[in-house]
Amino acid sequence: MPGFVGRHPFWSLVIAVLAALLLWLVFAPWPPGLEQMLGRKRVFLNALFGGITLGALYFLVASGFTLIFGLMRNVNLAHGSLYLFGGYLGFEISEATGSWLLAFPVVFIVVGLLGLLLQHFVFRRMEGEELRQTMVTIGLSVVLADLMLWWWGGQSYTIFAPDWLSGPTTLPIISSVREGGEIVYLRYPAVRMAILVAAIVIGVGMWLLLNRTRVGMLIRAGVDDREMLAASGVRIQYVFLAVFAFGAGLAGIAGIVGGTFQSLSPGEDTRFLLASLVVVIVGGMGSIPGAAIGALVIGLSEQLGLVYAPTYSVVFTFLIMAAVLAFRPQGLLGRAR
Amino acid sequence: MRKAFLATAMAAAVALPTAAMAQDDTIKLGVLVALEGAFAEGGKDSVRNVELALQQHDFMAGGKTIEYVVAPSDTTPDTAVRQARKLIEQDGVDIIIGPLSGSEGIAMRDYAKTIPDKTVINGISGALETTWVDPADNFFRFNLDGAQWGAGLGTYVVEEKGWDRVATVAADYSFGYTNFLGFAVDFCRAGGEIVERFWVPLGSSDFGGVIAAMPDDIDAIYLGVGGTDAINFLNQYRQAGADTNLIGGTIMADQTVLTSRGRAKQALIGTPTSGALAEDNPDPAWQDYVQAYQDAFPEDERFPTPSLFGVGYYIATLAAIEALNQVDGDLGNGQQAFQEALANLSLETPLGTVELNENRQASGTVYINEVQEGPDGNLVNVMVGKKEGVNQTLGMTPEEFRAMGLPSRDTPDCEALAASAG
Repeated sequence: MPGFVGRHPFWSLVIAVLAALLLWLVFAPWPPGLEQMLGRKRVFLNALFGGITLGALYFLVASGFTLIFGLMRNVNLAHGSLYLFGGYLGFEISEATGSWLLAFPVVFIVVGLLGLLLQHFVFRRMEGEELRQTMVTIGLSVVLADLMLWWWGGQSYTIFAPDWLSGPTTLPIISSVREGGEIVYLRYPAVRMAILVAAIVIGVGMWLLLNRTRVGMLIRAGVDDREMLAASGVRIQYVFLAVFAFGAGLAGIAGIVGGTFQSLSPGEDTRFLLASLVVVIVGGMGSIPGAAIGALVIGLSEQLGLVYAPTYSVVFTFLIMAAVLAFRPQGLLGRAR
Repeated sequence: MRKAFLATAMAAAVALPTAAMAQDDTIKLGVLVALEGAFAEGGKDSVRNVELALQQHDFMAGGKTIEYVVAPSDTTPDTAVRQARKLIEQDGVDIIIGPLSGSEGIAMRDYAKTIPDKTVINGISGALETTWVDPADNFFRFNLDGAQWGAGLGTYVVEEKGWDRVATVAADYSFGYTNFLGFAVDFCRAGGEIVERFWVPLGSSDFGGVIAAMPDDIDAIYLGVGGTDAINFLNQYRQAGADTNLIGGTIMADQTVLTSRGRAKQALIGTPTSGALAEDNPDPAWQDYVQAYQDAFPEDERFPTPSLFGVGYYIATLAAIEALNQVDGDLGNGQQAFQEALANLSLETPLGTVELNENRQASGTVYINEVQEGPDGNLVNVMVGKKEGVNQTLGMTPEEFRAMGLPSRDTPDCEALAASAG
């Protein structure tokens, strides 16, 4: 961080000013002039939090994708199917047991196992052959989508959040001040706040794992020079199996999250595959902080766009992607290889 | 049933080369219907209903045998026109029944103008423009359009529910505007006020910001979205703890939403909607029709009750049969006598009597339904009212209706309507 400030004093200042402005917008009561320009503060805050929590969902899907795509250079276009499968499975488990929380570990393990099978039977046989991987995984995603359509049908599913998370919670952020001086605090869906917290914990955990532990060191070494690592006695295939299973499991639990605050239906698999691709392109391949920033940017642009410019909200995502590709092709936090 | 259907289709294909030779004692119907894409299930039900209508008349009308050929489309206008051309040019059909979706209808209106000596009877497509803007002389529509489906609901919520301040959230495309217009015209003339309008892109999945932007002092929210968009909205609406009353557009509380799994749909209980039919309509004509439908097909090959799409195609086929009977099957002279008979029909249908106006567009009954919890916890639509004789201009004069403008984000102007209604 100090290095960045030293190298880019101007941009650091811009970022600092923007951050301060954002904090002011969030925490200070708005003067009437601003309310006239941007509408009520409650609307802005909801769009902002909606964007951040949507970003958290995108992060959960895309972080697994970026691990697999960026670190192992496996092009897994069946990632969306893993998401949808996890969601459906989560619905069945939470309906059968009545426990929303229980669905998370079970889905993580089951979808992770599916990922193990994929890596062992598919990707291991075509290492480094991107075109074959692309074709095979597109085929797999079509097959999986049809199997899921056969089993779960075409209707929509929503997963019910437990009672202690249903309904809104009050956040310590001032939404508006009534005439009598009474302060109204922002009320926001509890389940989305819980998911945001969980996504942050998972993200930080993954970063620590990759950068501060021995396993993380092995993964990074394997990506940089596979042969040398294998020569020094490490069973590189096991490491990659573990990474793939972890990424797949994350996609699975993202499916539960998506089913809880949106809905599950055929077609969601490709929607989330596309979202992860965009996030990874914007954030930079193989970078966990990059995936976080990319997901945040895409989530915010969708939500703020929907509220303030509904006609163009669909375009913003792709404008951002095009801009990143034009000016920083390796992604915001990606390394040029 | 499916085998019989396949056999018919194959027989038709084998018979193709000879079809051009005029067979005086048969009349050929071409059924143009979407069998791929989002409405595929509804399309299949449409074919069943054409079959049902013909069966009830022993495949005879006007003293002649009726055959039919199915041409599958995928709800896109160019496929619909390509298939219609195939029906006319290769299969040699006399009458086309179809299409199913709105944009196909507009394309078929234009195609109909190129085949003036054939007749097109609309299946169930509901775009207002099809029979309102530059209509074709040989295009007949016996179902109501998207705007008419919204009529009656506005008066109902103002007078029965006492909700006269609403905000609206509707899908930002043609059907969204048209269906909203039907509601808004009625609502504003009944003295309601639209406080704010939100238009959301089709396929939006996260409505948190829009839900938060709802004004505080409203009686209800009008929702003109459908399918998964509707489910996402309801889910997030519950999670945000909002509990304003809801009013649904025609596709808000249809079977796709009511049969979805999970509890998001519970937010719909008590929501009034309006549309072309009511499943529990006590009218004997409807009850007899439902009974005939249920008897004609085994339970696993049909819906519990006929779908909107099926009813549309059933009525269109009835119209063809009825008009053919009136002219004794005479399709000579560019089908003039037949088209005249169609235009002047007063058709008894399961949905009540239907008559056409000078644009060959139906006037008929709109049903008001309310979502209620059924005996085993599922949600059902219960009929709570109906509005008879809804015409194309929603009770206005054609000049007034034309002056209002075509449906768009800002049309209709609520205050102007309220003022003109006095």
